[in-house]
Amino acid sequence: MATAAKSNSVFFKSSIGKKVVMGLTGLFLISFLIIHATINAMIFYNDGGVTFSHWGHFMGTNPIIRTLEIGLVAGFILHIVDGLMLWKQNHDARPTKYAYSNANANSKWYSRSMGLLGTLLLIFLVIHTSHFWIPNRANQFIHGEELNLYQMMLDIFQVWYIVLIYVLGCVSLFWHLLHGFKSAFQSLGLNHTKYNKTIDIVGTAFSIVVPLLFASMPLVIFFGLIR
Amino acid sequence: MKFKLKVWRQANQNAQGKLVDYDIDGINADMSFLEMVDVLNDKLIKKGEDPIAFDHDCREGICGMCSMYISGRAHGPQHAATTCQLYMRKFKDGDTIYVEPWRARAFPIVKDLAVDRGAFDRIIAAGGFVSVNTGQAQDANNLPVEKAFAEKAMDAAACIGCGACVAACKNASAMLFVSAKVSQMALLPQGQPERTRRALAMVAQMDAEGFGNCTNTGACEAECPKEISLTNIARLNREYINASVIAE
Repeated sequence: MATAAKSNSVFFKSSIGKKVVMGLTGLFLISFLIIHATINAMIFYNDGGVTFSHWGHFMGTNPIIRTLEIGLVAGFILHIVDGLMLWKQNHDARPTKYAYSNANANSKWYSRSMGLLGTLLLIFLVIHTSHFWIPNRANQFIHGEELNLYQMMLDIFQVWYIVLIYVLGCVSLFWHLLHGFKSAFQSLGLNHTKYNKTIDIVGTAFSIVVPLLFASMPLVIFFGLIR
Repeated sequence: MKFKLKVWRQANQNAQGKLVDYDIDGINADMSFLEMVDVLNDKLIKKGEDPIAFDHDCREGICGMCSMYISGRAHGPQHAATTCQLYMRKFKDGDTIYVEPWRARAFPIVKDLAVDRGAFDRIIAAGGFVSVNTGQAQDANNLPVEKAFAEKAMDAAACIGCGACVAACKNASAMLFVSAKVSQMALLPQGQPERTRRALAMVAQMDAEGFGNCTNTGACEAECPKEISLTNIARLNREYINASVIAE
């Protein structure tokens, strides 16, 4: 029995295996957020997009980055599909709900709402990629040249409700990361008095800084501080 | 003290259940929650009605039989206590109290507030044991155990298998229970021969029973009457990852 249970399919079908995949892809996507936020922050040079476009061109054309991009798409898909499978199983595990449940007494609402927050992020991801990534890659594929992402950004973020959607997307990201960052380590079995405090502090700081940085970008453009 | 109770009544596993209102008066503040239900049942029997079925045994907080989901919490509002150790003084006079059974697909309702927790027994049967040689017992000092490990194993072994972790978890996950049972043996030399097989078999049985996955919300740890720690779940994750992809 032990040998049969050691096959890879058994591991990935198990509840713990699915959570390991969730944690690993989550941490991978977190590493992507660092790169994404760093490159985007080049707009703060406020040099008419020269620095931003320089790095945007590098990210859009460098063969290593473009190869890693395939992994990124795979990471997103794995994280989303795995999340949906977990949601289905968890939903089925309690067919009859409690008539009255005081869940706030024992856990944080956002830790119980990762599926909901993830769905909001998925909706945001569709809107966001259809604004920038998809048209740019499509243009590269069809015409062989990149779009002026900086100018697109300036144009798109002139509309107040688009800016609002982006800010709300960042708020969802904040709550999702606030639980997800620490949860990923727990799912991977990384829980130790030596470094729990560090994970806690870094996770909370990351969850605040990165979404705040992202949210500031459409706002500064909307208010004309970056042009 | 007097209370307004909303109690889940269900004739059997397949019957349609519903919350039924009961008004109860003359309750002593120092009665346990179970004694309050005893008083109510006494009245129901005298009226010729069906008494409320609920699990209970030792009534001193160590057997893990009593199970009710009270006022939206597993074992009620008292921290680190079973339902039998919850006293009516914890409530305010005139409170409306919801009383429901543990709700999980893996814990089918037998009747009213009593659920079948046989799934836990089957998880234990799958791997929650150690092999013991026959013959004379060897000298205890032949097996040195580091003090820190002995303490952690003892903490994990405090689990009474009541199922509050499952009841409190939004996913009805049994990870805290399974992690305590795997931990208590993984930490001790007696548990080593079956160590990897145990982690694989118990998690496989846990999944087969239809429990949910762990979202690391910490609800189980907060509601556990024996204060079993989430660090056990991290250990179970390590044990399972090791057994699946690292160990020979």
